[in-house]
Amino acid sequence: MEILVCVKQVPDTAENDIELAKGGRDIEREDLVYSVNEWDNYAVEAAIQLRDQVGGRVTVVTIGGEEADEVLRRQLAMGADGGLHVNDEALEGSDGLGLARVLEAVAQQGSYDLILTGAQADDGAGQVGGMLAALMDLPFAALVNHIEPSGAGALRIGREVAGGDQEISEMDLPCVLSIQTGINQPRYVGIRGIRKVASVEIPQLDAAALGLDAASLGAGAARLRRLDYFVPQSGPGARMLAGKPDQLAAQLVEILKAKGGIR
Amino acid sequence: MAGVWVIAEQRDGAFRKITFEAVSAAKKVADGLGTEVTAVVLGSGLEAASADLGKYGAAKVLYADSPELAVYSTEGYAAAVADLAKASAPDAIIFGASMQGKDLAGRLAAKLDTSAAVDCTALAVEGGKIAITRPIYAGKVYAQVAINAAPQIITLRPNVFDIVETGGSAAVEKVSPALGAIRVKQVEVLAEEGGKIDLTEAMIIVSGGRGMKEAANFSILEALASQLGGTVGASRSAVDAGWRHHTDQVGQTGKVVTPNLYIACGISGAIQHLAGMGSSKVIVSINKDPDAPIHTKADFCVVGDLFEVVPALTDEIKK
Repeated sequence: MEILVCVKQVPDTAENDIELAKGGRDIEREDLVYSVNEWDNYAVEAAIQLRDQVGGRVTVVTIGGEEADEVLRRQLAMGADGGLHVNDEALEGSDGLGLARVLEAVAQQGSYDLILTGAQADDGAGQVGGMLAALMDLPFAALVNHIEPSGAGALRIGREVAGGDQEISEMDLPCVLSIQTGINQPRYVGIRGIRKVASVEIPQLDAAALGLDAASLGAGAARLRRLDYFVPQSGPGARMLAGKPDQLAAQLVEILKAKGGIR
Repeated sequence: MAGVWVIAEQRDGAFRKITFEAVSAAKKVADGLGTEVTAVVLGSGLEAASADLGKYGAAKVLYADSPELAVYSTEGYAAAVADLAKASAPDAIIFGASMQGKDLAGRLAAKLDTSAAVDCTALAVEGGKIAITRPIYAGKVYAQVAINAAPQIITLRPNVFDIVETGGSAAVEKVSPALGAIRVKQVEVLAEEGGKIDLTEAMIIVSGGRGMKEAANFSILEALASQLGGTVGASRSAVDAGWRHHTDQVGQTGKVVTPNLYIACGISGAIQHLAGMGSSKVIVSINKDPDAPIHTKADFCVVGDLFEVVPALTDEIKK
């Protein structure tokens, strides 16, 4: 099975204090700590496990500047067989559909049975996988938490529909899936693993190499426009409750009856 | 002006709560734009229920009745809505950022050559345009965005928008959109035992974290939740420890919830957890560590032993 996994380098929200940039339409990106988008690790792990089961090859692709190379190497250290790095300033500021068009061009240069993305990334949009599938007219399932091969050329997949109910579906390859965390336990990548792949050659692609018109991509072509960024206001602050357990309980019930929607 | 559309979400023949939230939110947007709300209902045997959407502000319902639409499918829904939208050119299409909405948004937007703003927490109309607010970077920043194409695809975070009964009535028009091939086939649904309340729809959630110490101790949270008519969630630490299933996980990589009341028990409050519950209306934190970050996000905090406070709270509510 030939598998393409789309990965992204994102600011690490656990490690960074996020501040607004001047102009208020982006975050301040100087001095940010970046890491692999968390969902993507699960997607790569799922791809590696499938390959180990049925054979084939896992290719990871990212769109980003020079520094995004780090993300691809980490995934190679996890066990991906090859990487592709789309690096072109003209693509900066692309919206979801712009990125999906780039990934479509990447996918068309290969012959993939399965394309995986993380369920979402730092901006929480979670739409590139579905868009890519639509552009390529492939079947799609989002938020997949279970994958197994189902005979030749098909997959059996699972996802939670509501309230813990698990839906099981069958779909033919080729297809596109977005992967939810919890599907597996992504393997640990140590510094030694990353060193081992330090010299692996990763092909660099730009819009021209992908046969894309740069003018139709990037910030200028994005239809999703940023009007304003702001930091949410914190509330009046917490009220501390003190006392013995039964006193605390009585206080809480009184407060919650007034404010918390309990009767 | 072809109006503001809402895609109704139904399961097993009934509309889900997010449908009424979306119609109510769409009504406000439509009023601001000087237009009307049309609800799109795709399913089977829902004609009577469809007319009811008028109560929440829909002027019209486009109803496609087909056995192929009885169960949601990405391809069936995206094809049907895109087909209808191409004929009528709505200004915006609004639906829930539920599991179904997350699955649909990207495919539908690409089919209509537009963009989507997902998981929105506020909508406003400014100068004839829809200004959409959505949390990004684990809720550390909010972005206000606009979509410079039509139709604007907007999905709403469940439980955030109020359901408002306007008391109107909707005219139901039967439609037969083209569906195309539906290549993902549902085989079965493995139902959770006891019909658990969906975390994203729950009005009250009692959640436990690392401080619960072991899986069996969640029974005290179950008791409190059951007394309150709520449901139990868990932090990532509790899920990683194997105490609860991933479907119970509240947080950025689990479920984003907005209940009326969120009681966090033995949860430290890592950013990844706060991103999943920070927009809850009232937050109570119970943690013996006075410096736990969860207290900074709470409205009411109890610095104390959850194994004493939670049972006392359950007993107090029983009274």
